[in-house]
Amino acid sequence: MNAIENAKYELCLRLGDSSLIIGHRLSEWCGHAPILEEDIALTNVALDFVGLSRNLLSYAAQIQNQGKTEDDIAFLRDVVLYRNSLITEQPNGDFAVTMVRQFFYDVFSYYFYNELCNSNDITLKGIAEKAVKEIDYHLRHSTEWLYRLGDGTVESHQKTQDAVDDLWMYTGDMFATDDNYALLQEINIVPDMKKIKEQWIQKVNTVLETATISVPQNTFMQNGSLKGLHTEHLGFLLAEMQHLQRSYPNSEW
Amino acid sequence: MENKDHSQGILWEVFIQGNPGIPHKHAGSLHAPDAEMALQAARDVYTRRSEGISIWVVPAANITASSPEDNGSFFEPSNDKPYRHPTFYKVPDGVKYL
Repeated sequence: MNAIENAKYELCLRLGDSSLIIGHRLSEWCGHAPILEEDIALTNVALDFVGLSRNLLSYAAQIQNQGKTEDDIAFLRDVVLYRNSLITEQPNGDFAVTMVRQFFYDVFSYYFYNELCNSNDITLKGIAEKAVKEIDYHLRHSTEWLYRLGDGTVESHQKTQDAVDDLWMYTGDMFATDDNYALLQEINIVPDMKKIKEQWIQKVNTVLETATISVPQNTFMQNGSLKGLHTEHLGFLLAEMQHLQRSYPNSEW
Repeated sequence: MENKDHSQGILWEVFIQGNPGIPHKHAGSLHAPDAEMALQAARDVYTRRSEGISIWVVPAANITASSPEDNGSFFEPSNDKPYRHPTFYKVPDGVKYL
């Protein structure tokens, strides 16, 4: 791989891993959500994310050109090789934690993938154009929940505020960039992450205000996922997700 | 588990329109706290396989239904009036474009 191919490969891992991990987290609610309707909704969203991840990791495998598939990439890498952003791997917690995490990532996805529709890379552009309609709905769903949980009962408000306070320090990592990203930005393959961050902050502020939730100020931000530095939760998730393939290599359905 | 009746929101009836121009058809019911969430739940529960292009959600409590006791006076009088069906009439020979 030359420098640009390598940068594209890393980008596909960054986006594909984030989708896969948050999709897996949502799938953990399957059969456990507070009500049947929400169980189906969360699983729907989970499938959207896994599907998006499949597109991105297939493209990564194609760029890498070593005869690997998206499954090799998903199931045969360990924690330090995963590039998902920290917010996506945080545990489900209670329903408020899941919805706040989802909202934070949905707002990011909304602005990022809408911008990615203008990418110079025809494959990424195609993947983004397919994804934005799904993401539109994801954001609507999590936003409406935020209003109802934040501006709901005393208990739901407190749980939502706690979730926002606890998860806030993982939000900065979503906007992390490196030399690879800068290289792709130069040739108009990816959008300016500073712009995405500004849009994210504005939207999150507006929604949280309506939801009567206060926005944490000047909080320390965790980072490092671009270098494979993850929170302790990712290892457990991968152990479960990769169990079958690790225990029975090359097994097929 | 207190307040069990309200923990899932109120009951909504869902109507889906399959194609432009045809009527919305009853698809089923679901629980949701309000209209917007009912609409979203209906989208997720009933339109995952391209079943529709439009959704109506109606609070089940707002539907007034006939009761089984009404069946005699409501429906039976039409049982002996087959001439109300178009198939009752024979089409005369020689009628074109019908």
